[in-house]
Amino acid sequence: MKSFTTHQGIVAPLEAMNVDTDQIIPKQFLKRIERTGYGDVLFYDWRYEDDGKIPNSDFELNAPRYHNASILLTKDNFGCGSSREHAPWALSDYGFRALIAPSFADIFYNNCFNNALLPITLDHDTVQALFEEVRNTEGYTLTVDLQSQKIIKPDGSSIDFTIQPFLRDRLLNGWDQIGLTLQHEEKITEYERAKALPCSKRL
Amino acid sequence: MAKTIYEKIWDAHVVHETDGQDAILYIDRHFVHEVTSPQAFEGLRLSDRSVRRPDLTFATMDHNIPTTSRALPIADQLSRAQVETLKHNCKEFGVECFDMYDPRNGIVHVIGPELGLTRPGMTIVCGDSHTSTHGAFGALAHGIGTSEVEHVLATQTLLQKRSLTMEIRINGALPPGLTSKDIILAIIGHIGTSGGNGHVIEYTGEAVRNMSMEARMTMCNMSIEAGARAGLISPDETTFEYLKGRPFLPKNRDWNEMVEGWKQWASDPDCTYDTVIELDAPSIQPQVSWGTSPEMVTGIKGAVPIPDEIEDPDKRAACIKALAYMGLEPGTPMESIAPEMVFIGSCTNGRMEDLRAAAKVFEGRKKADSLQVLVVPGSSIVKKQAEEEGLDKIFIEAGCEWREPGCSMCLAMNDDRLKPGQRCASTSNRNFEGRQGKGGRTHLVSPAMAAAAAVAGHFVDIRDWEYKEV
Repeated sequence: MKSFTTHQGIVAPLEAMNVDTDQIIPKQFLKRIERTGYGDVLFYDWRYEDDGKIPNSDFELNAPRYHNASILLTKDNFGCGSSREHAPWALSDYGFRALIAPSFADIFYNNCFNNALLPITLDHDTVQALFEEVRNTEGYTLTVDLQSQKIIKPDGSSIDFTIQPFLRDRLLNGWDQIGLTLQHEEKITEYERAKALPCSKRL
Repeated sequence: MAKTIYEKIWDAHVVHETDGQDAILYIDRHFVHEVTSPQAFEGLRLSDRSVRRPDLTFATMDHNIPTTSRALPIADQLSRAQVETLKHNCKEFGVECFDMYDPRNGIVHVIGPELGLTRPGMTIVCGDSHTSTHGAFGALAHGIGTSEVEHVLATQTLLQKRSLTMEIRINGALPPGLTSKDIILAIIGHIGTSGGNGHVIEYTGEAVRNMSMEARMTMCNMSIEAGARAGLISPDETTFEYLKGRPFLPKNRDWNEMVEGWKQWASDPDCTYDTVIELDAPSIQPQVSWGTSPEMVTGIKGAVPIPDEIEDPDKRAACIKALAYMGLEPGTPMESIAPEMVFIGSCTNGRMEDLRAAAKVFEGRKKADSLQVLVVPGSSIVKKQAEEEGLDKIFIEAGCEWREPGCSMCLAMNDDRLKPGQRCASTSNRNFEGRQGKGGRTHLVSPAMAAAAAVAGHFVDIRDWEYKEV
């Protein structure tokens, strides 16, 4: 898996609460059997006119100033709804490497870590202030430093963020979770043998 | 020490736990469907791994299949490929698959329980957020992403952070006309779509104890819409009665012994929860959603909200956006809203009791000319049973379409979808923008409320409905 250590990028604002995974990637794109190639269809229904080709000029992310954005700033409960991992796939394929919001939905949050997409939780006031700064400054850039858990602003000041140490280390090192778990394989086998699970056909 | 059911199941399933890290939990049951599994199986192939416990893994096809005749191959090329991919993957990795032609096929969260694959005290996962449904049996059931699906296939375990616990106690008896769908909609309206974040919800109280298993499944199903990690109900005699005789129960186990084992999972009487919320069942009206989030809901006697009256600026902005999308004027009485499509089905309300409730409304009546009605049974077993009871004839006589099982218009991945601007009374679980089709306008209701709206041509209070004796 890809790792995440530091990233500097243009910030794009998506000022909406409860952005659900149906908006992030609508169901018709879940028919594909591949893991990649979803960048073009991120926020499909908001991003395009009815034909799916002409960009909707009312959608803030379509503004030329945000074309190369790689950090998404958004609001509460981002990624709620369906568990589709296609949502972080689409965000990553589009070019986002980090997300900043006051909160994320649980399943979506977990899915991000399996795709080296860093979801950062900050308090409401800080997020609101960032929205203003992003809109007031063309090409507004932040640097995310996962090791030190800091976001560095253009003026050099920094914002601290918290993250579960285990998740941080996984992302820093790009560890494959299945490989990590299989280091405990004997414990899994021991569990299967020892527990008389009524559901297990083997026992 | 007194424990909640969540704590009991958690403690019994930890394979390995280290401070500061997620615990490795053993997974007793893994359900798989065609949409969230292809990349997971491909991942196994690429890393030269196999499915660790194919005997605990069961697959079905539900999201992406047509509900029209299965006699012909699936018309949509991508859908056909995805369904074939699941068949091929299951064959290669030795996983039992209930394909479209299997008499046990259906929506994953309908067939699991009806086949006896879902049982108290189990940890259950599926690449689908409505996996929370299985919590109705006193199982810890989580929706997971595709990478986690791959992880479970390879290791039969899942990494999990321990959740907080929330008790939602529903006091009193459900009055006539009120269903568990109304209760869960009212709960989500009350605590919001992130109210349950970081929590596992346990539903307790007199109203819950008196609910059937199907009614409990509806409640637990929509726990995810409140942002919860899972929703559970402690098992009791109702649970055991439902499970008796189900096909996939272990064959070499004594029934009484199994029941005694299941009883142990129930929350201890003096256990405590991190958060407790109480609701009074008799005070809840039949619910109808008006907006583009399950929390945007009100009682049938209520009205579309007036944005100016909403204090919180974010909520006000969300309301304005939702009303514009839904094409609704502030203050419109819910009873005056007229759907053009009615969808009865989904993992929330596609079971026998749901169909019976809808059929009772339709009996001796016709649907309004102004709308179409789609009735989609949750599984082949449900379809067969419904036909044996003559429910299909009631639906068809009333002018409804009676379809093959599948997720259908809940998420409209197949051809069952709304046209832009089309308004729908739906027994499903999400009213997000575009959920049932781009530009589609979804109103979430109970099956009886959906059927009554279909006959009346607009939403009505089911408590006032005059049933026809036929």
